[in-house]
Amino acid sequence: MLAVQQLEAGYGESVILRNVTLRVEPGQVVCLLGRNGVGKTTLMKSIMGLLKARKGTVAYNGRELTKAAPGRRAKSGIGYVPQGREIFGQLTVYENILVGLEASRDNKLQSIPEEAIAKFPVLPTMYTRRGGDLSGGQQQQLAFARALASKPDLLLLDEPCEGIQPSIVDDIRDVIRSIKADGKTSILLVEQSLDFVKSVGDYFYVLEKGAIAWEGGLEALSDEVIKKYLTV
Amino acid sequence: MEVIVLQLFNGLSVSSILLLIALGLAITFGLMKVINMAHGELIMIGAYSTYLTQNIFNDYLPKSMFDWYFVLAIPVSFLIAFLFGLILEMSLIRFLYGRPLDSLLATWGVGLVLQQLARSIFGAPNVAVTSPSWLDGGVTFLGSVLPYKRLFIIGLVALTLLAMYFYIYRSLEGRRMRAVMQNRDMASCLGVSTRRVDAMTFAIGSGIAGIAGCALTLLGPIGPSLGTYYIVDAFMVVVLGGVGKLVGTVLGALGIGVFNTMFEYWTNASLGKVLVFICIVAFLQWRPMGFIAMRSRSLDS
Repeated sequence: MLAVQQLEAGYGESVILRNVTLRVEPGQVVCLLGRNGVGKTTLMKSIMGLLKARKGTVAYNGRELTKAAPGRRAKSGIGYVPQGREIFGQLTVYENILVGLEASRDNKLQSIPEEAIAKFPVLPTMYTRRGGDLSGGQQQQLAFARALASKPDLLLLDEPCEGIQPSIVDDIRDVIRSIKADGKTSILLVEQSLDFVKSVGDYFYVLEKGAIAWEGGLEALSDEVIKKYLTV
Repeated sequence: MEVIVLQLFNGLSVSSILLLIALGLAITFGLMKVINMAHGELIMIGAYSTYLTQNIFNDYLPKSMFDWYFVLAIPVSFLIAFLFGLILEMSLIRFLYGRPLDSLLATWGVGLVLQQLARSIFGAPNVAVTSPSWLDGGVTFLGSVLPYKRLFIIGLVALTLLAMYFYIYRSLEGRRMRAVMQNRDMASCLGVSTRRVDAMTFAIGSGIAGIAGCALTLLGPIGPSLGTYYIVDAFMVVVLGGVGKLVGTVLGALGIGVFNTMFEYWTNASLGKVLVFICIVAFLQWRPMGFIAMRSRSLDS
């Protein structure tokens, strides 16, 4: 469903990604691994459209999106939970989720769908609080709910467990598993914790110096691969 | 007693005028962070729109209808200033987001162009707008006469403020607007059309400047350089109140208006203004963010 072909992108003069080719199939959880600074977040941003591609293409469900603005990509069914969460600090929790409805393809949808918040029972109890006043873990759950509100087919998760206490990491793992079990939404996940990705991932890509250095399924992700590409 | 009531009313009246001219700027400068030096000229456009509406009523409609021109002039001023704002945003401002110094110079230039445009169309001398007769006179309260025109402006400000509050904090469009102003990239990633929101927001701020211009015609004759008298005050109110908060703008206008009236009563007009400016400078030394500073765990702005 998501097909990235020979993508090249970067900031200003510097090229961060060169020749990246990657696919996400329906219902799959695809994990993107790599050491710090190899271009994982840059790749997520280029898939979302925050960063213009210099070369190559991004296609989604057969539709070419390389030149499309982030808003159009969101409306074609891509949900995004960015690194650092990017909650609207001055909007209430409720309003934050309502903004997530903007990309909804179901025009009649006026209220927050049940499945977006069912996995985060703590959120409805603090609807009236400002997003910026929440703790990091609560903001992460809010970012998830906000992305799920538009019922996306593909969810881009950029380090969802960064700086979060272990119990909420477990919650997030459960959420990813239940999304996977529903089978309606694919996930492209960037995550540092190997245990975490091994417990949820179907297919793995390893980025090194802005290019895909290795790819394969769970059984192929051996200790040698980990030692070669991921150990610091 | 009479003196106190009159001074209080004067303070309130000056505050209401300050607030009206600053409300539009609270959006274009406060929310969008565009240093819009053409704000005064958008006020001027609103004033001339009222002048035109009056002339059309004078020329084409029976005398008995004339008094009602002002009711129509308010939406007309809003609409014309709105359109000017929309054109300005789409042709110039959108290239200048995040570049405050450039936008300051460019909008100042636009202001000069608009002033010359008004001079070419309507002539350099001031023109008079006849206030509707139902605003003549005043109500006597505790021995002092409170003019209807001033009361009307206070009411108009209250109404504009209420409408803005509902638009910004209670409507779908307002929510989009706040999301975009806080985090443009994230809002676009969630499917909000940031271009549309930017254009609409700037146009609405301009339209409210137009309403201010309409109200100013009640206070005296209007001319092409009308806006230049008010632009400094407008920025002062927004900065003093705290950029980005509607409540702050209200407090800023009240503060400047009431103190200005008091100082002018105790001294004279020019010394009063000097004292107010000194107070503002001193206050901003103490609280650089203004009356209402936005505080949050995520210090994103």
